[in-house]
Amino acid sequence: MIEDAVAWVLLAAVAAYACAGGTDYGAGFWDLLAGGAERGKRPRWLIDHAMAPVWETNNVWLIFVLVVMWTGFPVLFQTVFTAMWLPLALAAVGLVLRGAGFALRKPTRRLARRRVYGAAFAVSSVVTPFFLGAVVGGLATGRVAPGTKASADAWSNGTSVIAGLLTVAATAFLGAVFLTADARRFDAADLVGYFRLRAWSSLGVIAVLAVVGLVVTDDDARYVHDGLTSGIGLALVLAAAVGALATAGLLYRTATGWARITAIGSVALVVLAWGLAQRPYLIPTSLTVSQAAGASTTLRWLMLVTVIAVVLVGPPLVLLYRLDTAGALQPLTEADLRRTAAGREPESP
Amino acid sequence: MNSVIDQFLADGPPQLLPARELMAFTLGSHILLVPFGVALPAITLLMHYRGLRKGDAVALLLARRWSAVMAVQFAIGIVTGTVLSFELGLLWPGMMGRWGDVFGLGFGVEAWAFFLEAILIAIYLYGWRRLKPWTHFWLGLPLPLAALMGAFGIVAANAWMNTPRGFDLDASGNPVDVDVRKAIFTPMLGPEYWHFVVGVVLAAGYVVAGVYAVGWLRGRRDRYHRLGFTVPFSVAAILTPVQFVLGDSIARSVFQKQPVKFAATELVWKTDTHVPEYLFGRLHPDGTISGGIKIPQLDSILAGFSPDTKVTGLTSVPASDRPTPTQATIAHWAFDIMVTIGSLLMLLALWYGWCWLRRRDLPRSRWFFRCAALAGGACLLTVECGWITTEVGRQPWIVYENMRVSEAVTDTRASSLWVMFGIVVVVYVLVFGAFLAVLLKMSRGWRLADEGALAGATEGDVEGDTPYGPRPLSTTAGVDGGRE
Repeated sequence: MIEDAVAWVLLAAVAAYACAGGTDYGAGFWDLLAGGAERGKRPRWLIDHAMAPVWETNNVWLIFVLVVMWTGFPVLFQTVFTAMWLPLALAAVGLVLRGAGFALRKPTRRLARRRVYGAAFAVSSVVTPFFLGAVVGGLATGRVAPGTKASADAWSNGTSVIAGLLTVAATAFLGAVFLTADARRFDAADLVGYFRLRAWSSLGVIAVLAVVGLVVTDDDARYVHDGLTSGIGLALVLAAAVGALATAGLLYRTATGWARITAIGSVALVVLAWGLAQRPYLIPTSLTVSQAAGASTTLRWLMLVTVIAVVLVGPPLVLLYRLDTAGALQPLTEADLRRTAAGREPESP
Repeated sequence: MNSVIDQFLADGPPQLLPARELMAFTLGSHILLVPFGVALPAITLLMHYRGLRKGDAVALLLARRWSAVMAVQFAIGIVTGTVLSFELGLLWPGMMGRWGDVFGLGFGVEAWAFFLEAILIAIYLYGWRRLKPWTHFWLGLPLPLAALMGAFGIVAANAWMNTPRGFDLDASGNPVDVDVRKAIFTPMLGPEYWHFVVGVVLAAGYVVAGVYAVGWLRGRRDRYHRLGFTVPFSVAAILTPVQFVLGDSIARSVFQKQPVKFAATELVWKTDTHVPEYLFGRLHPDGTISGGIKIPQLDSILAGFSPDTKVTGLTSVPASDRPTPTQATIAHWAFDIMVTIGSLLMLLALWYGWCWLRRRDLPRSRWFFRCAALAGGACLLTVECGWITTEVGRQPWIVYENMRVSEAVTDTRASSLWVMFGIVVVVYVLVFGAFLAVLLKMSRGWRLADEGALAGATEGDVEGDTPYGPRPLSTTAGVDGGRE
């Protein structure tokens, strides 16, 4: 059925955002924990250079998630944005502070200013994914149904908090794995060990949170809990765990290229497992995919637009990531922007 | 001012006013960046092409500096744009829940186009150093097309809100039988789209040229400033007469497709022939107009080329289905300011064209450059005015004649929305203030460096002489600390 196809597109877009956007948020997380201006200078330098060319692209996935939601499943969009008003509003403010902080820090030289912009960027890199994760967790508990009014209970329950923390931990994991690879790419040997240690630590935190999550969701989010602990959901979760362990091992042997793939794979598998665990619901257990689906003509067109877009956007996206990993993308330096003074001689009248 | 607030409050629940103000503020801020997001890449690529084609180092330097500006501007544009997507759900869930599948597809096109734009702009901005010059240029060339495609998606959605099509209503008033093609290609799409596209190119062109006009006025009459002024100004000057025709044509489309909105923008109270045109003036609840300049017959002539043209008045529909007198006055002023500035820009473009045809040179008058320096700001004002005209003139409808703004608004308490409004205003003021400060600092730094190089001063302390890679910490620290 067409609405199932669109639901898969939505899940794929969420997974892509979790991976691409997650890596990005994770870099911000480590920026926050990098310490004072002097101690954190090297890691922050790496974070700046690794993120700069790709962070905008990474975050555009979110817009696509929203568009597929309101075009494909208008009721879902209305329900989520009504019931989860506050966390989503705070996430939106966080997105502004994060993007603006990052973009403005780069061309700024004065240390005090860099601190302010950097703090805005780093703090909101943690706050934003927490709220987004809390929204997803809240939806899984079944506290929200079409027509539910905004309430703190919907997103401040145990499952929401665990989901928010897990999201932050997952972004930290992805960020650390990618930054380890970037440290190798930029020949910063000291930072390889620095970020590898952080990748391992975040894996440990994720494991603890996952165990706590299992206990909390047992009666708080029964439907999703069952979906994740049996059948295909369980298989995917286990595969994700294997992927995460493989990442840890690959990092130990500094096979950073492969580690990136297994890390991305394990996060994507978790998102996939969550999506499958919710089947056939978009919001367990009140709104199914077919109940939420918009007009079928629109869904068919949305699929068509998606296919065209994959054809149009896919190749440039691959090109961008390849150019980036090949080191072909570099920011303009001060010298590039200043070197020439030709043309500045006053014109003869 | 109080009466304005009262009237806004009169037609809906208490959260309507803060929701409206929040949307207006965030969209009004974002729209100032839109001209640069859509048109600055095109203008930069034009300069880039000139630089490569003629081996012109000055043109290449300008293109590089404009990309450095673009890098910051595009980032701020992305985040303020993402906020708008959130607000569609946070503020207007009623509209998205009922109509999302009818008109949302335009946004789908926009999302992918924007995705493409983000990728291409990253390659362009970061490709200057290592890509081959022409490869770099060709990879950047699809940028304006992606931008035009994205603008198409957004304008299609807005045009649908003005002239909704492509659905039937069932007994309970829900849309059924959606026809996507009709919902995208609505009657207002063509006029709105071309007016918008040309408008943003004009705004970007005049703003960029204005920067160099200021330098020129301050006596920096060198080739760098001449080129930085001429290229964007020529683009804008050529398009100004085009926009004049397009603006006239969209006004007539509104007259035909949204007669009540037209009545609001022209302050027409009763349906009549031989309707006079008011320049500015204020509409009162009893239908009288105070102030302003009245030109007999002109409104009928402009709308239908004859004084006998019948123009629909505001009173043709019940008071609850039309803009309030205050809203009509706001739309009318926005429209008149836009038309006035457009006409003045037309004169400026003619001045420029005249000098170019006669002497193949820039005008000599300082007054020309003074006007050119102001043209950018004025043009941004017209962008705001055009948006106010179309949005306020549509009131009280969010989906014209199908859903009221008050039916679409969120249930969130007014107090929460006011708090959020306060937070957003503070954040945006800080972000836009910092953005401008960073741009000014960049431009000042470049100017000082150029003047220093001209005077033969050493530029040894500039970072980046070392090849790419981790710089030794001491150098970085020295540069960071020493620059102030």
